[in-house]
Amino acid sequence: MVKIIFIQPDGQEQAVEAEPGVTLMEAAKLNDVPGIEAECGGACACATCHLYVDEAWREKTGSPSQMEEDMLDFAFDVREASRLSCQIKLTPELDGITVRVPAKQF
Amino acid sequence: MNVEAFSGQSAGGEGPIETDVVIIGAGPVGLFAVFELGLVDIKAHVVDILDKPGGQCAELYPEKPIYDIPALPVVSGQELTDRLLQQIKPFGATLHLGERIDELERLADERFRLKTDAGKEFVCKVVVVAAGGGSFTPKRPPLQGIEGFEGTSVHYSVRRMENFKDRDILIVGGGDSALDWTLSLQPFAKSLTLLHRRDEFRGAPHSVEKMRELVGQGAMRLLIGQVTKLHGADGQLEAVTVKTKEGEEHVPVDVMLPFFGLTMKLGPVADWGLNLNENLIPVDTEKFETSEKGIFAIGDINWYPGKLKLILCGFHEAALMAQQAYKYVYPGKKLLFQYTTSSSSLKKKLGVA
Repeated sequence: MVKIIFIQPDGQEQAVEAEPGVTLMEAAKLNDVPGIEAECGGACACATCHLYVDEAWREKTGSPSQMEEDMLDFAFDVREASRLSCQIKLTPELDGITVRVPAKQF
Repeated sequence: MNVEAFSGQSAGGEGPIETDVVIIGAGPVGLFAVFELGLVDIKAHVVDILDKPGGQCAELYPEKPIYDIPALPVVSGQELTDRLLQQIKPFGATLHLGERIDELERLADERFRLKTDAGKEFVCKVVVVAAGGGSFTPKRPPLQGIEGFEGTSVHYSVRRMENFKDRDILIVGGGDSALDWTLSLQPFAKSLTLLHRRDEFRGAPHSVEKMRELVGQGAMRLLIGQVTKLHGADGQLEAVTVKTKEGEEHVPVDVMLPFFGLTMKLGPVADWGLNLNENLIPVDTEKFETSEKGIFAIGDINWYPGKLKLILCGFHEAALMAQQAYKYVYPGKKLLFQYTTSSSSLKKKLGVA
């Protein structure tokens, strides 16, 4: 299992576990993490599963594809660390990954 | 098929359009409902807020493959839409695109009167709500107090260009809408700033080129950053705070046009007196009828125990709905169940006899 730590805008932390192979968005939805909406169900078509990847993990998660970068135009308060969580597949190397949920999805 | 483009004058003095059924939503399920109703001789008009048929398939994922349509191992959202349009062609339904049904009321004779936001009216015996996730509406940037400026200083579409004459305009976004309106409004504006989060645009390359030319001539400004705050009072925007790589900038503007795509909202469906359950319409699983006799709900917008939001489930719901709709459209008439493979009358309707 891969451990993920979601940090809410108010600082509250929630550690969840998920099978390798599922996406970060799916892990959030399966564990009822607040603030991840995923309106389109993971099609990279809505930008409502936006989150910030902790600096220490950004190399391992890689950078967004062109399609994801385009879709990030529809997110609010986009930063260097911004990703769409439906586009990050969990692998054993990501065990312990820390991500921050934005204050608002669009 | 008559595809009627948006026309604000279509309400005219001609009175309401009388028909058997009005289908709200031209997504895959709404389109297939035309087919199932057509097989039992029921005429339908279809209304959709988008300017094209296909619903989410056309708006959200036209190029993305769908793998769970029976007998089509893989099909794109656009291809599915095109094939459905081909399939329903024999039934001559009229599509009213770019319009939203805003009002629905039951008349004294049990029929329904519906009215669109463009003023077009329908009178029909049956209403089929196939509105999916709701109507597509422009995304509202989650900026504090933005509601107070909407309609006066913040606009999500341009109805009249003259309202933007001699104004200090801020356009936000990086797609075709943002670029097209930048190019159209720039000649009239007192000043125009295009704001986008990165120096790369999704819009058509020639629009990007034209925009950059205007920037080069000093006719407009391109700013890379994001709005964080609105300033002004009583509906009148005075300035915005923009976060850029360098820091914060105070940009004085009268008008802001944010273009962040569309999202789905239940919209006016909520005001029609139907029972709702968490923004979904509960229906029975025999006829897919709502709490109101003669109003059906099929596809993603309905709910019943075991409901799955799948296109194929919506197709099934459309078939069963049509059986009950027949009873309202042709009261007292017996419906003979037939197969398209063998029935000569069905083949005739399909134009293959």
